[in-house]
Amino acid sequence: MVPFSFGGQSFAASAEGALHWPAQDALLVADLHLEKASWFARLGQFLPPYDSVATLSALRAVVQSTGVRRLYCLGDSFHDRFGCDRLPQQARALLTGMTASLEWTWIVGNHDSGFADACGGKLVEEAELAGIVLRHEAVRDDPRPELSGHFHPQYRMHLKGRHVSRRCFVASQTKLILPAFGSLTGGLDASHPEIVRNVGRGAAALVPVQDRLLRFPIAA
Amino acid sequence: MRGPTTSSLEAELPKVVSSWFAGRGWEPRRHQLEMLALARSGKSALLVAATGSGKTLAGFLPTICELAGRSGEGLHTLYVSPLKALAVDVQRNLIGPIAEMGLPIRVETRTGDTPSDRKARQRVRPPQVLLTTPESLSLLLSYPDSFTLFADLKTIVVDELHGFAKEKRGDLLSLSMARLQALAPGLRRVGLSATISDPEAYRSWLAPHADIDAVELVEGEPGAEPDLSILIPEGKIPWGGHSGRHAAREVMELIERHRTTLVFCNTRSLAELIFQDLWAVNDNALPIGIHHGSLAIEARRKVESAMAEGQLRGLVCTASLDLGIDWGDVDLVVQMGAPKGSSRLLQRIGRANHRLDEPSKGTVVPGNRFEYLEARAGLDAIDEGELDPETFRPGTLDVLSQHILGVACAAPFEERELLAEIRSAAPYAGLKDATFAEVLSFIATGGYALKAYDKFRRLVPEGDGRWRIARPIVSQQHRMNAGVIVEQPLLTVRFRGGRRLGTIEEGYASTLAPGDHFYFSGLSLEVEQFKDSDIIVHASSKSARIVTYGGQRMSMSTHLANRVRHMLADRHDWHRFPDDVREWLEVQERRSCLPEPHQLLVETFEHEKLHYMVAYSFEGWNAHQSLGMLITRRMENADLKPLGFVANDYALACYGLEPIRDPRALFSPDILEREFIDWVEQSYLLKTAFREVAVIGGLVDRHHPGKRKTGRQVSFSTDLIYDVLRRYEPEHLLLRAAWNDARARMTELGRLVRLVDRASATMLHVEAERMTPMAVPLMVIVGREALPPGTRADESLLIEAQALADEAMRV
Repeated sequence: MVPFSFGGQSFAASAEGALHWPAQDALLVADLHLEKASWFARLGQFLPPYDSVATLSALRAVVQSTGVRRLYCLGDSFHDRFGCDRLPQQARALLTGMTASLEWTWIVGNHDSGFADACGGKLVEEAELAGIVLRHEAVRDDPRPELSGHFHPQYRMHLKGRHVSRRCFVASQTKLILPAFGSLTGGLDASHPEIVRNVGRGAAALVPVQDRLLRFPIAA
Repeated sequence: MRGPTTSSLEAELPKVVSSWFAGRGWEPRRHQLEMLALARSGKSALLVAATGSGKTLAGFLPTICELAGRSGEGLHTLYVSPLKALAVDVQRNLIGPIAEMGLPIRVETRTGDTPSDRKARQRVRPPQVLLTTPESLSLLLSYPDSFTLFADLKTIVVDELHGFAKEKRGDLLSLSMARLQALAPGLRRVGLSATISDPEAYRSWLAPHADIDAVELVEGEPGAEPDLSILIPEGKIPWGGHSGRHAAREVMELIERHRTTLVFCNTRSLAELIFQDLWAVNDNALPIGIHHGSLAIEARRKVESAMAEGQLRGLVCTASLDLGIDWGDVDLVVQMGAPKGSSRLLQRIGRANHRLDEPSKGTVVPGNRFEYLEARAGLDAIDEGELDPETFRPGTLDVLSQHILGVACAAPFEERELLAEIRSAAPYAGLKDATFAEVLSFIATGGYALKAYDKFRRLVPEGDGRWRIARPIVSQQHRMNAGVIVEQPLLTVRFRGGRRLGTIEEGYASTLAPGDHFYFSGLSLEVEQFKDSDIIVHASSKSARIVTYGGQRMSMSTHLANRVRHMLADRHDWHRFPDDVREWLEVQERRSCLPEPHQLLVETFEHEKLHYMVAYSFEGWNAHQSLGMLITRRMENADLKPLGFVANDYALACYGLEPIRDPRALFSPDILEREFIDWVEQSYLLKTAFREVAVIGGLVDRHHPGKRKTGRQVSFSTDLIYDVLRRYEPEHLLLRAAWNDARARMTELGRLVRLVDRASATMLHVEAERMTPMAVPLMVIVGREALPPGTRADESLLIEAQALADEAMRV
């Protein structure tokens, strides 16, 4: 976990892409896309049915290492609104175990809009904590500091002939976009015009590695 | 072959055919008549013959003769070639003769490029002869009407068998032939191949049930001995490099002195580079062109027809011209850089001159001293008629999955019957019951231990071992995704006006920005903008970067490696070598030593404060690259502070901050146990292999050109699937398939095993007080890779190479 500040608050970023907010005793994650594999399986692409277990196990590990009391999922937590119903037994047990023991908030995203709360936790459109807005997709014209997900940012580079890409945070003065936390979620280049348009100029890609947070300016 | 004499056979040619031969002043060749005799007795046959011997006509002659005598409808002969560009060659060998004989035989092609309305019509009213590719044949077999379409099929002719039988396309075709045999039990199989070292292996590959006796071997007359040489400008061979670029002016002079010259390069990048080099010295502005697999199909066709019409004096090309196409009046073939194998060299040189009685003329341009030895070895091997050994591997499981799903799309199947049919295909003769069951389960529901997808089945069991597809959409999906060639994600290079120039890999494209220049299709291009999956460019006159491509490199064949080993050891042989090479070996002998053929020479020395270990193992680039990764890891653990390694086909150099006192410990055979597996699992090799098997096996849909994901639609990546699968189900069928590919193709594990198994018993460790002559070709690469790309001119690289060489040759 690497500490940094945003919107006047102290945060720490985990290498997996979770955001720890010690002052709020909270962990934030975006775009879990649970049951993405089974959504594709309906269409005949049998992706491994272990994506939810993988995602939730990783999440539980961060919850345990940070010891937080509250958890916020910034939308697209399920790949579609019926994802919760399809959770395999082991994944369901993992999730309900966490929603029961934590103060758990689902923020609705575009993929899972309309999903009915079946695995515990509270369902909201947006939230505000210590003057910072929490929502799924960044709203360009909102001047308040904001945490969001939706874009699955990745930082891509070429090193010695190899193509490297890592999940990253994208930060500007007032906006912080979280990477996708889901095990099967792909990504969008951090310098993609869609992202740049939403975070504005002067943004940087933040790449958490073991004990450091690498910061790469994004060319607009 | 015993049987009727050629003259009696000739008498049996239908009148229209014999008068066609007579009218052109030709006589049917012996092997053409033998093929006819075998056809008449219903036997399958493998024809092995040199380029220019009328091989394709020999394959078709029985069909022409049979159809000349009757007016039948229905599909009679299937001709399968690995090349889509069948038109020109087959025009000359089949359609031309048929027209000239005035026979009413309908011949049509069917490839991925055939319009869909014609494809649909072909299934309803098939031609008598259908020319197609392995992929298109496999797709035809996925239609319910394949049962009637192929019911009366008499013959399948497989061309260029040597070019793909051992690859995944060979697996696919072998399975398709097994299927065809079930639909048309009287089917005769005919294979056409260039000269190969092991015709028996191909006979068995071609035969049903791998029954070698079911396929007769017919051999063409040997052609004239080729006229081969090695080009050494001014008697000097460079210390470093592998492309022969130093000889551009001499190659241009050769082009000037010949009618048409083919210049073969080992990679697409080198072809672009060599083309630029030749262009720079093309003082007489001769028409020269470039041809490689990433150029747009229209561009390739254009070059091919210019060549056929004799408008080009020189054509720089790659393996894209290794197979098939015999056009143009080529009278010289130049091989830039090392030949890598004698079979390939012979086939390339065979492109020059299509008359059997005149020698083909070829010259090899070695890029460094080792490459000189390799070139010499290649020429010696051809001289002695020794070709590269053939290694066949068991059929791949991803291709099998694709085939079975295709079969299911045509009609429900019974699993025992299907298994028997599959085992009749030679690559799958050893398929185990359990593996077959796993493949079925994989196709049906993904084959996971966690039975999550039963409700989404693609295949449904109907009881009694019968299976059918669950929904019609499964067929549609299968036909969209079928095929065994999986490209890296590609971007299309095009002019603003729309003309396509070709494709480059997304990975390389991501290093380009608007305003950058790159050489492609023989032009310097400036990037204007990126638009979806296109790179919009305009021509420029500025100097530019060379596009690089991923993928494996071709390694030097094992038997050329053996020859090079013997050359090093046999001092009596050195008189044949140019002074440069002889002197190099003599100083090496004085300063270090030259290993006996069975020995593994390992040198250690210090150079500019770094400690080097160079192993001359001659097992090829892929195996050396793998070993380099493993040994530097061991160096790390032994606290030898490794900084890196470089490899070529001949040797591996590892370097670090601490001296290596005990190389044996680094080479112990247990390195191929846990350490090898750990490394491959963590490396990109397995992910690359997994991507291919996931697409071929039908786990994920292909991205189709023109239907690419754009901006916001983020799809899944096979890398992530790989990570999840490896963690939760490491024994899954597709992971095993990926491992098989990684072992066989990427790491060349077989050669690696041989290397480390003999390492400790045969190692000859020399502690040299400084760099040795044999190390120079590698040390030159070390110097080059340490430079940031594109910051130093070639000139300074040359200066550096020379400085290294001077140091090493100082006695």
